[in-house]
Amino acid sequence: MSRSLFFSFFLHAFFIYLTALTLPFMLRNPIDLPPIVSVEFIEIRDETNIPYAPKARKIIEKVKKEKERVVSEQAPPADIAKEKPDRIPMPEDKKEKQELKKKKQNPEEIKPQIRQVSEFEKKELFDPNQIAALIDKAKEEQAETERKSEKLTQSNVKNSFAKGLSLSEEDALRAQIFGCWSVPLGLPFDEELLVRIKLKLKPDGTILKSEILDHARMNTPGQSFYRVLAESALRAIRICQPLKVPPTGYERWKNLQLNFDPTEMLKG
Amino acid sequence: MKKIFFIFLFFIISFKNAYSLIKVDITRGNLDPLPIAISPLHVDSKSEKLSLFDTDKLGEEISKVIEQNFRSTGLFNPLKKDSFVQKPDIAHLKPRFEDWRLIKAQALITGKVLIKNKKLKVEFRLWDTIASKEMIALSFTTTPPNWRRVAHIISDKVYERLTGESGYFDTRIIYVSETGPKDRRIKKLGLMDQDGYNTKYLTLGNELVLTPRFNPTNQLVTYMSYFKNMPRVYLLDIETGIQEVVGSFPGMTFAPRFSPDGKKIIMSFAKDGNSDIYTMDLKTRIVEKITNHPSIDTSPSYSPDGKFICFNSDRSGVQQIYVMRSDGTQVKRITFGTGLYGTPVWSPRGDLIAFTKVRKGRFYIGVMRADGTGERLLTENFYQEAPSWSPNGRVLIFYRETKSGSKGEGFSAKLWSIDITGYNERQIKTETDASDPSWSSLLSK
Repeated sequence: MSRSLFFSFFLHAFFIYLTALTLPFMLRNPIDLPPIVSVEFIEIRDETNIPYAPKARKIIEKVKKEKERVVSEQAPPADIAKEKPDRIPMPEDKKEKQELKKKKQNPEEIKPQIRQVSEFEKKELFDPNQIAALIDKAKEEQAETERKSEKLTQSNVKNSFAKGLSLSEEDALRAQIFGCWSVPLGLPFDEELLVRIKLKLKPDGTILKSEILDHARMNTPGQSFYRVLAESALRAIRICQPLKVPPTGYERWKNLQLNFDPTEMLKG
Repeated sequence: MKKIFFIFLFFIISFKNAYSLIKVDITRGNLDPLPIAISPLHVDSKSEKLSLFDTDKLGEEISKVIEQNFRSTGLFNPLKKDSFVQKPDIAHLKPRFEDWRLIKAQALITGKVLIKNKKLKVEFRLWDTIASKEMIALSFTTTPPNWRRVAHIISDKVYERLTGESGYFDTRIIYVSETGPKDRRIKKLGLMDQDGYNTKYLTLGNELVLTPRFNPTNQLVTYMSYFKNMPRVYLLDIETGIQEVVGSFPGMTFAPRFSPDGKKIIMSFAKDGNSDIYTMDLKTRIVEKITNHPSIDTSPSYSPDGKFICFNSDRSGVQQIYVMRSDGTQVKRITFGTGLYGTPVWSPRGDLIAFTKVRKGRFYIGVMRADGTGERLLTENFYQEAPSWSPNGRVLIFYRETKSGSKGEGFSAKLWSIDITGYNERQIKTETDASDPSWSSLLSK
């Protein structure tokens, strides 16, 4: 009896304490935050999103590096192994594949005049040095992914726990891209104009890989403006690189999605 | 139970460390003209020499026409040729993109010219200097005197690839050429390329001509002329020069225009003292009355799908713009602003109607949506009217007159163009004074 009384008293006290603690907060009016206006000159504070104090972090990183080695030796992550292609794709192989696809889709659509021109162009454009350069590029990219994949370990993931970019970081990035993006002016007013680009970044903010998420729409008849818009967005990213990303927390922002939408601007 | 608890705990821990993809919305950019480098076209050394023009400079001349076209749009900024590092022939084969990026070019046009067997072959390539790739490559063969047209076609292809909408460079403008003092004007039909070159006069000037308009194939022109003080509507074939009277109509006749299928002419004329809108079938010559109202209905213009007609009428007491179905039913007033509204013209895209507005003695050219909302006045002046759309619905051409003295001194009438955004107002070069312009559709479709 006394035991149940004790429990009842304890639980009641606990709930009263909780209510006293939370109720005043509930009574407060929510703060009206004014809309954030981004400006060109933004000071990124060193403290934002840094998980630990610098000294402590150094020590933790040291310990984690040791652990990391053990983890990577034992079991390399399976999904990264998948990313490695068996061999470097030759440009010729790619061409063959593309041609096959085109033939399958609808051969009627290829106008004879245009085809002639493009064949003529291809002949002239053939340059062994360029192909060699392409292969080198592919190698370079491959090497880059490999190097990066080695870094990706469980311990490293744990290293940073903050999610997303802080407001100042996001604004810095946004302001940078604003300046680089030349918006095409012939865009229609009454169409969906959102271009989503997924980026894979290097630690220095340069672009490792970029991918347009609604790629199919680029070749849709009557949507030629979308192709132009997507290309302008890609151009903006390339002109801007290296992107203004935070100096730390690479794991957080190495995959980034940029949503380009000029609708507001065109209407305004 | 324990197992479930541990699995649950494991999921919570692993989700805690999973990163959601960071998404950043980019809703603004700059609207500065796109920097474009137009390299002079390389003239092939195997080219034949022609007596017509200096063939060695032909490549440079073509690039100048393209440059002028792009500059006139206000959307592009052609870069100065002095800053180009790479030679035209090498750039056409394989541009050194880093050099072009250095001068801030985002796009590059290169090309080659070859004259062989008295035929001119022009090929060009458009490069994306940032992505280091080719965007489009085409070649054209024509007779050498046609070189300006090739330059316009290249401009259209590049414009289309870079903006996503069709171009308007390979087009012509028909207008009323005016010479002589203000009270004794000689008016002729003038035809020129959209950049003011290759002017031809289609009539002699012994009769007063008004409101020329192209048909959809650009082969025929309809216009009005006064013969012994009687207004007549004519059809003129611009290639053969054959002229035909469609009909002479009593009283005041105004602004004949073709229907979008080219089979009918729509116009207004006064019968029994009342001005209404009529159509005439060009094959059967049957005239059909579209509006039947005691007020003055004038300036009809079809929507591009041919289902609607916009026109102006003073049935509300003041001249305003109305829209109706093409059979004359469901008449609806769309303008309610202060001032007079006139000369409505439906955009080739179908989304906007251009008009002239008169308020407090000033003339405005403006656009609004087809339902009358979103009115925007683009330009204001002492006297200006008769807007006509470019085939892509992006630019308007109109004419503007200057204030003159009591004896007509200082009077002039010139053609002007303006972008539908209200920017980039430009005077279009004409040999003489000019009025009543009408823009053709694209010659090479």
